[in-house]
Amino acid sequence: MGILVYAEHDNSTIKGATLNVVTAAAKIGGDITVLVAGKGCGAAAEAAAKIAGVSKVLVADNDAYGHQLAENVADLVAELGKGYSHILIPATTTGKNFAPRVAALLDAEQISEIITVESADTFKRPIYAGNAIATVQSSDSVKVITVRATGFDAAAAEGGSASVEAVDVAKDAGVSSFVSEELAKSDRPELTAAKVVISGGRGMQNGDNFEMLYKVADKLGAAVGASRAAVDAGFVPNDMQVGQTGKIVAPQLYIAIGISGAIQHLAGMKDSKVIVAINKDEEAPIFQVADYGLVADLFDAVPELEKQI
Amino acid sequence: MKVLVPIKRVVDYNVKVRVKADNTGVDLANVKMAMNPFCEIAVEEAVRLKEKGVVTEIIAVTVGSKAAQEQLRTAMALGADRSILIETEEDAQPLAIAKALKAIVEKEQPQLVILGKQAIDGDNSQTGQMLAALTGMAQGTFASEVVVEGDKVKVTREVDGGFQTVELKLPAVVTTDLRLNEPRYASLPNIMKAKKKPLDTVSGADLGVDFAPRTKTLKVEAPAARSAGIKVASVEELVSKLKNEAKVI
Ligand SMILES: Cc1cc2nc3c(=O)[nH]c(=O)nc-3n(C[C@H](O)[C@H](O)[C@H](O)COP(=O)(O)OP(=O)(O)OC[C@H]3O[C@@H](n4cnc5c(N)ncnc54)[C@H](O)[C@@H]3O)c2cc1C
Ligand SMILES: Cc1cc2nc3c(=O)[nH]c(=O)nc-3n(C[C@H](O)[C@H](O)[C@H](O)COP(=O)(O)OP(=O)(O)OC[C@H]3O[C@@H](n4cnc5c(N)ncnc54)[C@H](O)[C@@H]3O)c2cc1C
Repeated sequence: MGILVYAEHDNSTIKGATLNVVTAAAKIGGDITVLVAGKGCGAAAEAAAKIAGVSKVLVADNDAYGHQLAENVADLVAELGKGYSHILIPATTTGKNFAPRVAALLDAEQISEIITVESADTFKRPIYAGNAIATVQSSDSVKVITVRATGFDAAAAEGGSASVEAVDVAKDAGVSSFVSEELAKSDRPELTAAKVVISGGRGMQNGDNFEMLYKVADKLGAAVGASRAAVDAGFVPNDMQVGQTGKIVAPQLYIAIGISGAIQHLAGMKDSKVIVAINKDEEAPIFQVADYGLVADLFDAVPELEKQI
Repeated sequence: MKVLVPIKRVVDYNVKVRVKADNTGVDLANVKMAMNPFCEIAVEEAVRLKEKGVVTEIIAVTVGSKAAQEQLRTAMALGADRSILIETEEDAQPLAIAKALKAIVEKEQPQLVILGKQAIDGDNSQTGQMLAALTGMAQGTFASEVVVEGDKVKVTREVDGGFQTVELKLPAVVTTDLRLNEPRYASLPNIMKAKKKPLDTVSGADLGVDFAPRTKTLKVEAPAARSAGIKVASVEELVSKLKNEAKVI
């Protein structure tokens, strides 16, 4: 049987989340095949072949998959996936977009965002914004699963030598087309992959004040995140939102600045190893999860922090 | 054109849920229930499309117990014209819900189905995509902008790196992200009017759908608790702790 892992990539490199999914696959046990679907994605396929523990790479290189349109990618994965016991997909916005389509096409109930593998058919997943953890057992013959990257270590990106095989399956449902995209460009590490994350909330007051956080971030090699309130107020773009409905992060160090600590925000960061909170309200709920709390005005504390590190 | 808006009754987002002592689930007895916030955004979007003259009729639908009529009434107070309760006492899962919604889509022939991107209880984020697959419709998930142009709809989607815009042939499925709109509140006169709007009830059996879940929930536990740490007195102490005690910088 074996396990099919869907690779998240940008046609030339493999995205970090893929490596965590490979580890989840290894925990289930069985031959691991990685599918790279895209347009001009040969380099990404070569990179996938080097991931430790992968035995085969399938490459579907076709215009239809260029922008990861859910309708086309799901048809491809459902067709190729029939021969596997498990289909594992990163729980990124790309994966979450098409995975349920794959499950429905295979008449399977999808298991979303697993954080541990208990056995080949039993998994743990957070529900209610992480306020409860459900252990679920699937009886579907093909298990369609999305994997939350923070639940698993990354597999080694080098050291493997999988065979690479082209698959000549062009699926174009013809009902959707790509128009445009607007991707934020940043020299800082990606939020979900960074070892240190510093996030700002409504307390930052405006977008310009985020400069203070960027300065600290650059000194620490950190990524910068935000609460929903900061995003909704237009201080920073939406892709910086951390939380139940934003990104899930679990860095070594998470620094929350001017964030109150609503459960929806905590859902996105409470698995961080060390949490620091700076807030002027000593009653703020964020202090209940912080390893180190500093009750202070952020406009004094943050510049001071930048100086001292 | 008709719009179908599937909505869900969930625990109010302000409630901090507790796991039951016997680990069979979370304690939903006597907690405040409400319409899933993303579904409110879906209803609002449908109402705005109607106000613009793009949409002629809005049908709200839910899969759930009799109690979910309350949320259908809310949807009608917000502007839905009529509603359908697909009644079941089972803990229905997204695949079965999508199959039931497909039956409604076949009967009502909506040009657009607007759902929430996820329900804040199950956090599955599956139902819309599954419905789209089962009906062969195109999908625009995690939408932050929806523009209907003739027989097409342009959807701007919130993706990990920023935004992506796709064009879909109608009929299509859209799922809402937080920033698509800000839902209105229902006014008292509209709440009164909603009581007189039609609410039909059908059963899973009527639609030929079995709601019994295939995925078994073996247990539900509280997450590992994170205990509060210490308060530091100054930035200097903080930096020293991070360097020497936590060793993370
Ligand atoms: C369905 C749903 C999904 C949601 N998803 C998310 C999500 O994914 N992520 C998310 O973050 N939120 C989410 N939310 C919103 C969440 O409920 C909170 O509203 C939000 O997290 C609050 O952001 P905040 O902490 O920045 O703002 P506030 O709660 O307003 O807190 C601001 C904090 O800044 C402090 N402060 C102000 N000035 C200063 C100063 N000068 N110095 C120091 N401290 C200062 C204040 O004491 C306060 O504690 C969601 C809500 C809903 C309903
Ligand atoms: C009594 C009860 C007990 C439960 N116990 C558990 C449990 O122990 N463990 C667990 O994991 N889950 C439990 N659930 C949740 C249940 O499994 C989920 O509701 C179901 O899997 C649907 O997932 P979702 O709402 O996350 O779907 P999503 O796919 O996240 O929902 C997205 C959107 O689909 C639409 N939608 C979803 N559900 C409906 C519906 N019923 N009717 C109409 N539209 C809908 C809405 O527009 C919604 O915004 C319980 C639910 C109930 C009612």
